[in-house]
Amino acid sequence: MTEVLPETKSGGTGGGALLEVENLQVEFHTRAGVAKAVNGVTYSVNAGETLAVLGESGSGKSVTAQTIMGILDIPPGKIVGGEIRFRGTDLLKLPEDERRKVRGEGIAMIFQDALSALNPVFPVGWQIAEMFRMHRGMSRADAKKKAVELMDRVRIPAAKDRVSDYPHQFSGGMRQRIMIAMSIALDPEVLIADEPTTALDVTVQAQIMELLAELQRESNMGLILITHDLGVVADVADKIAVMYGGRIVENASVHDLYRNPAHPYTKGLLESIPRVDLKGQELYAIKGMPPNLLDMPTGCAFNPRCPYRQEKCVTDVPPLHTISGTRGSACHFWREVLDGDAQ
Amino acid sequence: MATPSEVVLEVRDLVKHFPLTQGILYRRQIGAIKAVDGVSFDLHRGETLGIVGESGCGKSTLAKLLMALEKPTSGKVLVNGKDIAAAKGSELKHMRRNIQMVMQDPYTSLNPRMTVGDIVGEPFEIHQGVAPKGDRRKRVQELLEVVGLNPDHINRYPHQFSGGQRQRIGIARGLALQPEIIICDEPVSALDVSIQAQVMNLLDSLQKEFNLAYIFIAHDLSVVRHISDRVAVMYLGKMVEVGKDSDIYDRPSHPYTQALLSAVPVPDPEGREQRERIILKGDPPSPANPPSGCRFRTRCWKAQDICAEQEPLLEIRPKSGDHPSACHFAESEDVVHVN
Ligand SMILES: Nc1ncnc2c1ncn2[C@@H]1O[C@H](COP(=O)(O)OP(=O)(O)O)[C@@H](O)[C@H]1O
Ligand SMILES: Nc1ncnc2c1ncn2[C@@H]1O[C@H](COP(=O)(O)OP(=O)(O)O)[C@@H](O)[C@H]1O
Ligand code: SF4
Ligand code: SF4
Ligand SMILES: [Mg+2]
Ligand SMILES: [Mg+2]
Repeated sequence: MTEVLPETKSGGTGGGALLEVENLQVEFHTRAGVAKAVNGVTYSVNAGETLAVLGESGSGKSVTAQTIMGILDIPPGKIVGGEIRFRGTDLLKLPEDERRKVRGEGIAMIFQDALSALNPVFPVGWQIAEMFRMHRGMSRADAKKKAVELMDRVRIPAAKDRVSDYPHQFSGGMRQRIMIAMSIALDPEVLIADEPTTALDVTVQAQIMELLAELQRESNMGLILITHDLGVVADVADKIAVMYGGRIVENASVHDLYRNPAHPYTKGLLESIPRVDLKGQELYAIKGMPPNLLDMPTGCAFNPRCPYRQEKCVTDVPPLHTISGTRGSACHFWREVLDGDAQ
Repeated sequence: MATPSEVVLEVRDLVKHFPLTQGILYRRQIGAIKAVDGVSFDLHRGETLGIVGESGCGKSTLAKLLMALEKPTSGKVLVNGKDIAAAKGSELKHMRRNIQMVMQDPYTSLNPRMTVGDIVGEPFEIHQGVAPKGDRRKRVQELLEVVGLNPDHINRYPHQFSGGQRQRIGIARGLALQPEIIICDEPVSALDVSIQAQVMNLLDSLQKEFNLAYIFIAHDLSVVRHISDRVAVMYLGKMVEVGKDSDIYDRPSHPYTQALLSAVPVPDPEGREQRERIILKGDPPSPANPPSGCRFRTRCWKAQDICAEQEPLLEIRPKSGDHPSACHFAESEDVVHVN
C-alpha cells in the first residue's frame, strides 16, 4: 500500500479512462476572501459506467461539473490547477473553438432546475431542434423532425402535438425529459446529470432514473450522476466519489462503499440513514456543521466533526491514500475506519 | 404514544376549494381547485401522524387549514373538542396558541431584519400575558437552550446562522407558547443529510419532553417512518390509506401507496438487480378536474369499470390488513422494504 500525495496521480483513477479529472482546483475570488470551492478533485468515468458524485450542498460538486463542461463563470471563478482529460486530451489546454465541439458532442449536461435551464420564450421543440441546426447544419424542417424523434425517445406522450409548446406548459418531470432530450441530441459520450431528480417526487424520480438507465444502455454513455441521495446512489452507481469541503474524501465501488466505508464522513452519512430496526431510537447524527470555505479548519477539513480525530488531523492535510486498485480515502486513519474502531 | 382516548385534534370532512377564475375586469369563477376534498382524522396527545403524497396533493393546504390560516370551504377542525371556526375573540386566540407550525424553508420563513430574540419572542407580543414583559428575554434564552442554540446569540440575525440552526430557531418559536400540537411541513427537506438527523432527534426529544402531538409532512418516506406512529397517504386532496407505520410500510393495501413505496430507492446496493419496481406513468391529474370515482384510476394498473363509477371510501376492507384503505380492490402486500 502506497501513500500518494494529491499533487500526483492518486487513488481512484484507473489510467486511460474516457473522462479523467485529476487534482482539479478551482477558486472563487470574492470580497469576503478566496474560496477554494474545488480543492483537489480526482475522479474518472468510462464508457457505459455510472459514477455517482456524493456530497452535501456546497461541497463543490456543481463547480467541478461546470469546469468539466467549460461553463464556469470566470471571473469570479479561477481554475488554479489540475487536468480534465477527455479521451486523453486535457480540455483545459484546448482553444475555445475545439472546446465548444466537445460540449454537447463529447460531454453534455443536465441540471436540477429544468425550468430555468430552458428558455421560456421558445417552444421546446425549437430548442431541441437548435442543437441540430447549430451543430449539424440541418434545415429547419429536418431539425424539427429530429426534435420530435427525440421527444418520443424520452417518452413525452404525444410528442408530435407538443413540439410547439413552451416549457411552462410541461410538468417538472416532463421538463426534465426535455432537458434530457437536448442533452443526448448529439450523442455525447459522457452525460453529467447534476441533481436531475432532486426537485421531483419519488414517483417521477423513478421514471427519470429508469429513462437515464435505458438511454445509457442503448448508447453506452458514461454517466456522472451528482446527488446527495444515498438511495439513488445505491440503486444506480457502479462507483462513487464522495466530496467534502471541495475535496474527494473517498473513491470506491458501490458495494465496497456501502459495505465498508473507508472515510469517517462516508461512514457517518451511512449511519445517519433512518433504519426500521432503529425506530424509536435516536438517529446517529454527524455533529457540527459543514465547513465554511472562507474559514476552513486546518489539517483535515472534517476534523471538527470527526469521531476518529487525532492530533495529526489538525496539523496535516490527509492525502488521498490508495487503499487498493481503485479505492482511495483521504483520511490519515483509514485503516482504523475500515476496522471500525472509533476513538 | 399516549392513551388513544386523548384526542387533541379532530378533523371532519375537511374541504378546501380554491376558486378558478377567468377574465380580468369581471372575474368569473369557472371551476375550483379541489386542494383538500373531504379529509377526516384524529390526532392523539403525544402522537405523530405522518402525511405523505406527491407534491400538489394538498398537504400544505391541509396544514394551513389546521392552523386556521385558510378558511375551509366546508368541514370542521376541532381542537380539544371545540370547533375552531366557531371560536371568537379570546377563545380563538387561545386555540391558535395551541397549534403551532414549523415550515420547510428556514431561509425564507424568518424575517431577516429581526434578531433571533425578536423572532422567538414575537409570539409573546401577539399573545400578551403568556410571559410578562420582564420575563421574556429569559424565556427566549431558555427556548434557545432547549433547541440546542447558544442563548448568548439572542441578538444575532438569521443570516448569521446555518440552515440547520435556522430550523432550530423556527422550532424554538413554535414552542414559545407551549402548544399541544405542532404541524411540521417538510421541516427537514431543505437540510443536508448530516443536519437532517440532528433536527429529527431534536423534534423527537421535544415531543417526549413536552408530550407534543405532531403532524409531520415530508416527502422522504424513510424519515416519515422513523418519526411517525401513524401515517396517512394523500392523493389529489383525499386520504387513500391510513394506519400504523408498519401497516402502511409493511402491509400497504392501496395501489398508490404500493407504487409510492416501491419508487423509493433503497440505500443498499446488495441485491438491487433483483428488485422489482412499480413505475407509475405520467403525473397526477389536475385537482381542478379530478377523475370520477377513484381519483387514482387513471394511473392504476388494477382499475376496473367500477373504479370510474363508484368512489371507494376510506374504510377497513376484507383484505386491507386491518387498516382503512380507499380502494375497491384493496389487498395488503409487502411490496418493498422501505426502511
Ligand atoms: N459564482 C460563484 N461565486 C462565488 N462562489 C461560488 C460561485 N459558485 C459556487 N460558489 C461556491 O463554491 C462552493 C461550491 O459550490 P457548488 O459546487 O455549487 O456546491 P455543490 O454543487 O456541491 O452544492 C460553494 O461554497 C459556493 O458558494
Ligand atoms: N392559494 C391558492 N390558490 C389556488 N390554488 C392553490 C392555492 N394553494 C394551493 N393551491 C393548489 O392546491 C393544490 C394543493 O397544493 P398544496 O396544498 O400546496 O400541495 P402539497 O403541499 O401537497 O404540495 C395544488 O394544485 C396547488 O396548486
Ligand atoms: S484525517 Fe483525521 S479528522 Fe480527517 S477524517 Fe481522518 S481521522 Fe477524521
Ligand atoms: S379503486 Fe380501482 S382505480 Fe382506485 S386504487 Fe383501487 S383498483 Fe385502483
Ligand atoms: Mg450543486
Ligand atoms: Mg407543500
